[in-house]
Amino acid sequence: MTRFGVIRFPGSCDDMDAVLACEKVGEAEILWHRDRDLKGVDAIVVPGGFSYGDYLRVGAIARFSPVMESVIAFAREGGPVLGICNGFQVLCEAGLLPGALLPNVGLRFVCRQVGIEVVDTDTPFTSACEEGEVLSIPVKHQTGRYFVPPEQLPAVRVVVRYAEGGNPNGSTNDIAGVANPAGNVFGLMPHPEHAVDPLTGSADGLKIFESLARVHAVA
Amino acid sequence: MPRVRVLVRPKEGILDPQGIAVERALPALGFEGVSNVHVGRLIELDVEDRSQVDAMCRKLLVNPLIEDYEIVS
Repeated sequence: MTRFGVIRFPGSCDDMDAVLACEKVGEAEILWHRDRDLKGVDAIVVPGGFSYGDYLRVGAIARFSPVMESVIAFAREGGPVLGICNGFQVLCEAGLLPGALLPNVGLRFVCRQVGIEVVDTDTPFTSACEEGEVLSIPVKHQTGRYFVPPEQLPAVRVVVRYAEGGNPNGSTNDIAGVANPAGNVFGLMPHPEHAVDPLTGSADGLKIFESLARVHAVA
Repeated sequence: MPRVRVLVRPKEGILDPQGIAVERALPALGFEGVSNVHVGRLIELDVEDRSQVDAMCRKLLVNPLIEDYEIVS
């Protein structure tokens, strides 16, 4: 059974939903930001929230926490790392993913259900999805505009895009989530962990966690 | 200890919605003839060794992908 480690920074607020989502497909435990020990987990989730108050820049301080040193080493060895919302911002600041997240074009905090199209199913996070499948998942952020310098854009491995006409923040090319070239690090602004039960409107987000569990079962 | 100021600006060419919001607000208050408004950050530090500030900027204070900086005294 896949064992997930969910990072908890001061200011994380989606860590428990991430744990509940992971527990639908495996086991999960919280990893405290000051600990370097990843406790032998199979996959890491860097959850949403406002790590270290989002001071300076989103993700900038969290990226230098003790646990992130271990997460960076884990990712470099090929371990799967999923960053959601603030977690995505942290992974970009850590240099594990290309680009950066900027304030939404409308300057407003956006909180709503969006459709995201899966454009790359050849990752440990999307293998349970069909190519072109649109997942209904909520976004809730104020700093979610994905940006990379134009010259770097062609090399970016886009995994999910906002469905046509549904870009909530002005992200370049409707990009909602990207992976590193190897595919073992994935970050996205929408929250799959908030969409794992039909009771809350959609269970589409579960496919991300099922994909991770499936990869581990095969390995 | 020497006082150092770091000015951080959104990189040129990157859409700066904060700057746009301020630029649009000013004429509404009767201030005409304002353009090219950008909103950045001021970081003030007392440092023993001023020569380290540039390294601090590159490692933590600034994200060079999206921001430019200038060290002033």
